[in-house]
Amino acid sequence: MRMNPKVLVLTGYGINCDIETQFAFNLAGGDAKRVHLNDIIHGKESLDDFHILAIPGGFSFGDDIASGRVLANKFKYNLRESVQSFIDEEKLILGICNGFQVMAKLGILPGFDKNYREQQVTLTFNDSGRFEDRWVHLKVNPESKCIFTRGIEKLYLPVRHGEGKFVSKDREIRNRLIQQNHVVVQYVDEDGKFAGYPWNPNGSENNIAGICDETGRIFGMMPHPEAFCHLTNHPRWTREKLEGEGDGLAVFRNAVQWVKEKF
Amino acid sequence: MPHRIEVGFKLGIKDSLGESVKKRIIEDLNIPVDDVKTIDVYTIDANLSEEQLKILGENLFADPVTQVFDFDNPLAKDFDWLIEVGFRPGVTDNVGKTSKEAIEDILNIKANVYCSRQYLIKGNLKRELVEDIASKLLANPLIETWKIKSVGDKEIEIAIPEVKSGHEAEVREIDLDVDDEGLMKISRDRVLALSLEEMKTIRNYFKDPKVIEERKKFGLGGNPTDVELESLAQTWSEHCKHKIFNALIEYEEGGKKEIIDSLFKTYIKKSTDEIGKRVDWLVSVFNDNAGVIKFNDKWNLVMKVETHNSPSALDPYGGALTGIVGVNRDPFGTGMGARLIFNTDVFCFASPFYKKELPPRLMHPKRIFEGVRKGVEHGGNKSGIPTINGSIVFDDRYLGKPLVYCGTGGIMPSEINGKMSHIKEIANGDLAVMCGGRIGKDGIHGATFSSEELNENSPATAVQIGDPITQKKMFDFLLEARDLGLYKTLTDNGAGGLSSSIGELAQISGGCEIYLDKCPLKYAGLDPWEILLSEAQERMTVVVSPEKLKEFLELAKARGVESTVVGKFTDRKKFHVLYKNKTVAYLDMNFLHGGMSQMRLRAVWNAPKREEPAFECPENLTEDLKKILSRLNVCSKEHVVRQYDHEVQGGSVIKPLVGAQNDGPSDAAVIRPLLDSNEGVVVAHGICPKYGDIDTYNMAACAIDEAVRNAVAVGGSLERMAGLDNFCWCDPVKSEKTPDGEYKLAQLVRANKALYDCTTAFGVPCISGKDSMKNDYQIGDTKISIPPTLLFSVIGKIENVEKAVTMDVKNPGDLVYVLGMTKNELGGSEYYAMRGFVGNTAPAVDARGAVKMYNALSEAMKKGLVKSCHDCSDGGLGVALAESAFAGGFGMDIELKKVPVESVERDDAVLFSESQSRFVATVSPENKDEFESIMNGNVYARIGKVRNDKEFVVKGLKDNVVVKASIDELKEAWQKTLRW
Repeated sequence: MRMNPKVLVLTGYGINCDIETQFAFNLAGGDAKRVHLNDIIHGKESLDDFHILAIPGGFSFGDDIASGRVLANKFKYNLRESVQSFIDEEKLILGICNGFQVMAKLGILPGFDKNYREQQVTLTFNDSGRFEDRWVHLKVNPESKCIFTRGIEKLYLPVRHGEGKFVSKDREIRNRLIQQNHVVVQYVDEDGKFAGYPWNPNGSENNIAGICDETGRIFGMMPHPEAFCHLTNHPRWTREKLEGEGDGLAVFRNAVQWVKEKF
Repeated sequence: MPHRIEVGFKLGIKDSLGESVKKRIIEDLNIPVDDVKTIDVYTIDANLSEEQLKILGENLFADPVTQVFDFDNPLAKDFDWLIEVGFRPGVTDNVGKTSKEAIEDILNIKANVYCSRQYLIKGNLKRELVEDIASKLLANPLIETWKIKSVGDKEIEIAIPEVKSGHEAEVREIDLDVDDEGLMKISRDRVLALSLEEMKTIRNYFKDPKVIEERKKFGLGGNPTDVELESLAQTWSEHCKHKIFNALIEYEEGGKKEIIDSLFKTYIKKSTDEIGKRVDWLVSVFNDNAGVIKFNDKWNLVMKVETHNSPSALDPYGGALTGIVGVNRDPFGTGMGARLIFNTDVFCFASPFYKKELPPRLMHPKRIFEGVRKGVEHGGNKSGIPTINGSIVFDDRYLGKPLVYCGTGGIMPSEINGKMSHIKEIANGDLAVMCGGRIGKDGIHGATFSSEELNENSPATAVQIGDPITQKKMFDFLLEARDLGLYKTLTDNGAGGLSSSIGELAQISGGCEIYLDKCPLKYAGLDPWEILLSEAQERMTVVVSPEKLKEFLELAKARGVESTVVGKFTDRKKFHVLYKNKTVAYLDMNFLHGGMSQMRLRAVWNAPKREEPAFECPENLTEDLKKILSRLNVCSKEHVVRQYDHEVQGGSVIKPLVGAQNDGPSDAAVIRPLLDSNEGVVVAHGICPKYGDIDTYNMAACAIDEAVRNAVAVGGSLERMAGLDNFCWCDPVKSEKTPDGEYKLAQLVRANKALYDCTTAFGVPCISGKDSMKNDYQIGDTKISIPPTLLFSVIGKIENVEKAVTMDVKNPGDLVYVLGMTKNELGGSEYYAMRGFVGNTAPAVDARGAVKMYNALSEAMKKGLVKSCHDCSDGGLGVALAESAFAGGFGMDIELKKVPVESVERDDAVLFSESQSRFVATVSPENKDEFESIMNGNVYARIGKVRNDKEFVVKGLKDNVVVKASIDELKEAWQKTLRW
């Protein structure tokens, strides 16, 4: 496609990484627009007009009851069908941090057998019992079909959450996530090895930081790629010779590129 | 019938909250418990079927992966004691409010929801200890209630903490025809904080025949209504009118007398006025909710710092939370409104390890610390504003009142829809629209209460809990409305509520009418004066012209933000308040804002004489250095910093934690507020109350130098740097309660003199400030006054963020420099404090000399010649060198004999003197000559090298080794104290 892919960046109700997420998509060649959830619910804007849906980080509804739960219900009870058709049209959905929490609780991740309506996994309180802002090393699963991480081997990004511990409902689900390569990114140490806290900042099972559905088009992750789109975002940019661009930008470039090829 | 849905964790799922509560019961309360688990309880006030309750449990309240739920049947089992904590009626219940909206989404019914939490404790405890756990850790009786149940007790009954009121709203006339004692009784009983003279001024106003005649037309008599009296008390409060800073002061020092007509005008404003003639970037100072400076041709920066001390003393979590979300509204309510880009926070507490008995009504400092920390965490993180800079100062006198300074910066286009964004325009006929939250009794008398010491009558209503999400929704909506041109200007509802917000805006148009019965209330039963004065949070007053009203209200509705017309601006020079079409207040605007007389005070300065320490210099200073690194005022605050999101919004450049392991202490913050630009904002602060025990002149000068120095250390420059002054003092007005008022006022005068001298020398004008003058505690014979404290914050511009510098050493072989003169200035130092001394030689600031050096350093940084730079402050050179070394992961070889000194002959003095205007910098050998040629003409010296291992070695004046340690040991000493 010749036009820049259209990206809907969700806002409202306490979402708060919308501006930098919009900026990241635009930097990557997208045409991103911040749209208030109510404007979609009230029909002022339609998901049909976009190729990518991004649910950014933040504190929707203040994390009240549980992170992402109430926003997930807003989708579930108001926009279930439009989200389903967005998925059916083979478009992309990205959830970051609070966005990932929403997707997990809504059931569009992991979306086994294309059933996007049943909650199988969750993101719950960090083992430390605390919100933490901390940069983490991520290893990308080379076998994953995830569109957003194509060509990426590793990432260094910040996590900023109190409820990021990934838990599956049971062992069967846990195994299936691994075996069928739903796991996209995992927390590792500087040498790329699995290690405990603080490298795995929240106690996630199997060090899982992000998963995708079986198509690779729907992806959620706890770390913030939009927070590393400029080299000076890196916590050690004054001491390490960094080149190129921020690690996070590749995630957005991949999404934009894929839409350009596909549509 | 109300129902209870109870939610707990599945077996095998970690209950992190329960575990951290257990840890705190054991560590903080010293009560042995075996296990703590938690259950969340949602009490829903509606008739629901079992089917509906099941739907809510499954789809809303319990996570199917990790949790289980039950309804109308207790989930708790396997415990020895159960404590259930819920809110008192009327206290903000954010989760309850969200639950209500969520239930509406699912079931399409409206039902009030009340949240509570159960703590299931296992352990062999007596009931008294369980009471202690409830009252000293889990609940605050001012805002919460609790029930305790042991295994055998009967089940906890369903309770609905709604506000029940049969009270009919009424307006009373207050009879001021009473004697002096009677006037003061009225002032005290109503928490008006008005003096006798002010009460008499008010009485006289209402006796003026012209006033009587005018008021008669509206059915009012010769006495004020409670609405009028409360409005006047609020408007005239110390909190709002800064009476002490505007007082006429006779200042005496060494037999010489001087008359100071307003500290604010004589020192603070005068400095800004003088600097304003030399620079072109001051946009709006001292006349709006926050100060405004130019960022570039298209954008302005806005900043404000506030304190929320008194509420934080009563409820640390709620007080601090409302402190941060409250100060957010100041830059947001400046001019036409600014987008918020950073928060700062500085706390002053007593030691969290305080062991002595606590006086009545005071909480343990650790509980204050953790409550305040969490309040600011929730306020900042949930608002999506990065907390980029802060510090914590410890002194046991802050037991009397903790200080909670919260600052917020914003950015706004210099022009919005063709109008200068920093100017507030209001015309006769414009409407006052209240947006955001509703009005309750919360926060009533906040302004007047904070104008008094903390005493046994301090009102519980002054305590409230903020709701960051309601505010975030409102801010998102208002920014959208601003850019669409739907309103003209706005201001926040903080201290004094609508009375203050509309009353102050009305000065622009020349009058107002307020319709109290139109204001949306949280619950019925408020008297009109309460509606007017309530400081309920998350509200802005927005000025909308009648032709834009429809569009404004439509957008508000689409964004889920309640907005209501509650008044109108007029040009009739009257503050006119109505309730159900009846006039309840009718005051001259001039009297309301200018009716009170100037205070006259006396200040006498006698420099205190303290014991001069006499002890031998230890031969080896390694242990001393480690002990200083472990001291509360020096040690790592990583525990706090990590829990604040310091990089949301994507523009983080210099974070609070830096270095090889991302854990070194940064001097200042740098952010890029515009993501497509490399222009940056530098934010820093200085605070050093300890020198005030010797002389507050030095204390203030050091705070200002420290703030500027910190900003320069990361690459900021004096070319464009503005300051904000926040004075927190103990009561400086001589009275029976404060016999040493003249001395305390002299301390205030001296701090202001220093502020004038230093800000003019640095060319750093104050653009906004605040004072909080009654930071004392008095109950019975126990009086605790805080040490006089000035927080000086700076905001500056850095042209290219890629030139910013961090404090961690970078490479082995780099040269270590000290910049600035080290003098014999151990008075008030950490080194003396560690030995139990204060001393007499507080550091003095030579600001004019410092300017030259700071400019040279900035030039060297712009040329990329400086690898690392760290400010020397608490703990002096020793701490600065050690921190730079362990943050960078390399040791150092240092020779003290190379350090430029003035009358210093001891190793300990060189290492630990806290002389100001000094830095430790490292430079790579190839840049040595260029760096030195720029620095020449200033006091500086090359004192050592960065090693390629972890040894940190300092040789003394006689070439003997005085410190030898691995940087790992030093770092451990620095990190262990507050590693919670």
